[in-house]
Amino acid sequence: MTEDQKIITEVTESDYKWGFISDIESDQAPKGLNEEVIRFISLKKNEPAWMLEWRLKAYRHWLTMTEPVWPNVHYPKIDFNDIIYYSAPKKKPSLNSLDELDPEIKATFDKLGISLEEQKRLSGVAVDAVIDSVSVKTTFRESLGELGVIFCSFSEAVHDHPELIKQYLGSVVPYTDNYYAALNSAVFSDGSFCYIPKSVRCPMELSTYFRINSAGTGQFERTLIIAEEGAFVSYLEGCTAPMRDENQLHAAVVEIYSHKDAQVKYSTVQNWYPGDKEGKGGIYNFVTKRGLCAGTHAKISWTQVETGSAITWKYPSVILKGDYSIGEFYSVAVTNNYQQADTGTKMIHLGKNTKSTIISKGISGGKSQNSYRGLVRINRKAENARNFSQCDSLLLGDKCGAHTFPYLEVSNKTAIVEHEATTSKVGEDQIFYCNQRGISTEDAVGLIVNGYCKEVFNQLPMEFAVEAQKLLAISLEGSVG
Amino acid sequence: MLEIKNLQAKVEEKQILNGINLTVNPGEVHAIMGPNGSGKSTLASVLAGRDEYEVTGGEVVFRGENLLEMSPEDRARKGLFLAFQYPVEIPGVTNANFLKTALNEIRKANGQTPMDSKEFLQIMKEKMKLVEMDKAMTQRSVNEGFSGGEKKRNEVFQMAMLEPMLAVLDETDSGLDIDALRIVANGVNALRNQERSFIVITHYQRLLDYIVPDFVHVLYKGRIVKSGTKELAMELEAKGYDWIKEEVGIHI
Ligand SMILES: Nc1ncnc2c1ncn2[C@@H]1O[C@H](COP(=O)(O)OP(=O)(O)OP(=O)(O)O)[C@@H](O)[C@H]1O
Ligand SMILES: [Mg+2]
Repeated sequence: MTEDQKIITEVTESDYKWGFISDIESDQAPKGLNEEVIRFISLKKNEPAWMLEWRLKAYRHWLTMTEPVWPNVHYPKIDFNDIIYYSAPKKKPSLNSLDELDPEIKATFDKLGISLEEQKRLSGVAVDAVIDSVSVKTTFRESLGELGVIFCSFSEAVHDHPELIKQYLGSVVPYTDNYYAALNSAVFSDGSFCYIPKSVRCPMELSTYFRINSAGTGQFERTLIIAEEGAFVSYLEGCTAPMRDENQLHAAVVEIYSHKDAQVKYSTVQNWYPGDKEGKGGIYNFVTKRGLCAGTHAKISWTQVETGSAITWKYPSVILKGDYSIGEFYSVAVTNNYQQADTGTKMIHLGKNTKSTIISKGISGGKSQNSYRGLVRINRKAENARNFSQCDSLLLGDKCGAHTFPYLEVSNKTAIVEHEATTSKVGEDQIFYCNQRGISTEDAVGLIVNGYCKEVFNQLPMEFAVEAQKLLAISLEGSVG
Repeated sequence: MLEIKNLQAKVEEKQILNGINLTVNPGEVHAIMGPNGSGKSTLASVLAGRDEYEVTGGEVVFRGENLLEMSPEDRARKGLFLAFQYPVEIPGVTNANFLKTALNEIRKANGQTPMDSKEFLQIMKEKMKLVEMDKAMTQRSVNEGFSGGEKKRNEVFQMAMLEPMLAVLDETDSGLDIDALRIVANGVNALRNQERSFIVITHYQRLLDYIVPDFVHVLYKGRIVKSGTKELAMELEAKGYDWIKEEVGIHI
């Protein structure tokens, strides 16, 4: 550390010491972002020094970065100093019973077939002690613990498994990666940590647990999944129920580290509030998701169903470092009304005989804009790499847009790269055919679109796929004519 | 069952139906014949409620209700079925799923409970036998990659599943080989009863050997210009349409 820096640190630290005391009782950090706020977060979470250090480094790096702009996504400029970066999770139920729930949300819950108990939990209704998540959580954790599987909140992992966090945190998504990843690294609130030991096949979809865990997670989540040699895990994130949140900006980071012969399947259903019919008040979702196939024959699959958010900016990627490693990306992105989505994937082939598959289905209705942006890079040393990409866009109506931006960077002549793209419209004659069989136009669109997305839904775990199908139909209500 | 009075319709500013009158009683089978472009499919589409076709006059009463005021799905739920001249493909949606959705929508509209999967599969098996359809077809996407004949057979299969009150078959016999023609006709005959009515649009007298109609009508330039019994179809087969055109020419 230079003399200057030392002085700066001292000054800021002492500032913080004093500034801090008055704040320590508070449940909320002051508005805005500075080192003091980051220290506040770290202290609130009772973090070890190395964790704080890492956050600060990320913050300092973030300061040097500029917010990215994209040609196909438009939104008012975000004031990063007008955000509260830490707020203690509110335990208090906001409603006394489901009768107080917004009837529109209640109707959606019912259509999705979500049980009453689940509805209560999701909407913040006070829940009986019996079904309180704590007991369920413990049961799950015990049975996983017997296999050596660690599955806990990120904060717990920082305390209980510091060696793993130190080793893997930022190993796939370094804080220098991009603007939002840097921001997340500085201020992340909490998230999940998952570790599957060598040769263990995780016996359950890590979903039920997550759902219980996920209610009330903050706007800067961080997830880290590590699969040791020969391990397997299927991880489900998100929830089909509509999620409202007063935080407009969400910037999560997900890192997956897959060792030799390990397999990680990560499925997401994202249904954040998209804003009203005019597009006001929706959530901005800027997520960085990346997996590293570190060893030979490692495999990572991303499957995502994106229906929510006002703006989605998201490119789950795979770095294929190990020879013979496999990366897959299956995506359904639906936009309606004024939603904007810019999603896709990056497949970076470094190892020999690596293989990637991209299946992307973009569906746009209303006045929405849906862009697929995908990069396939075959590095010089990646002998015999293969990629197959298929990007299909479906338009509902004529006021929406679909765009496809495939980027190909091939530096090895042995590579075989195939790209197919189609754009189609839901045909009047298809809808009429359904109508003539007694199916309403709304249901017909749902049916046709679900058929269109079949290849992707087939990748989802059964129970999740059924929910996703219903969700899709609901998201598309009023999208045609 | 169905009463069409002075029905007129146009599409894209072109008048196609110029006053159709037709009464179909329960249990009757009516065949409609007529040269290409005379308006047969247009009549079928107007009955089914396709919105490109604008009704410019006349009325249609179906089972006591004003058909023209109903949405296409409500017409279907009320028991109107159209076997399409050109069946539509729906990729990714299995025949079975499509039919189950349709069947349960119709049941719901008629105050019945949804049919469970077990019962549905049982009925599907029976009806598949009726049209000698291969089991694998139900797990294929609706009409996707079906041959012309398979599509037609699938329409009849759907009809058998949905058990409509009035079925309009638009050239369901076109493109069928001899065996398929017999199978399709048997399928239709098996559904014939005292309540259920059919309007069979065809170009070939041959079909009417299998599905014997109660009445035969000739549609020409958007009008029914001649009606008769099975013998009329034979006469058309032998003589073509010219004599009718001449007759009509005299009248108009
Ligand atoms: N959507 C449309 N747009 C423009 N013209 C149409 C449309 N539909 C039908 N027509 C025209 O209306 C007329 C009647 O067509 P229709 O399909 O009803 O005849 P058809 O009697 O069924 O003939 P075919 O025996 O060849 O099936 C034809 O001249 C046809 O070109
Ligand atoms: Mg026709």
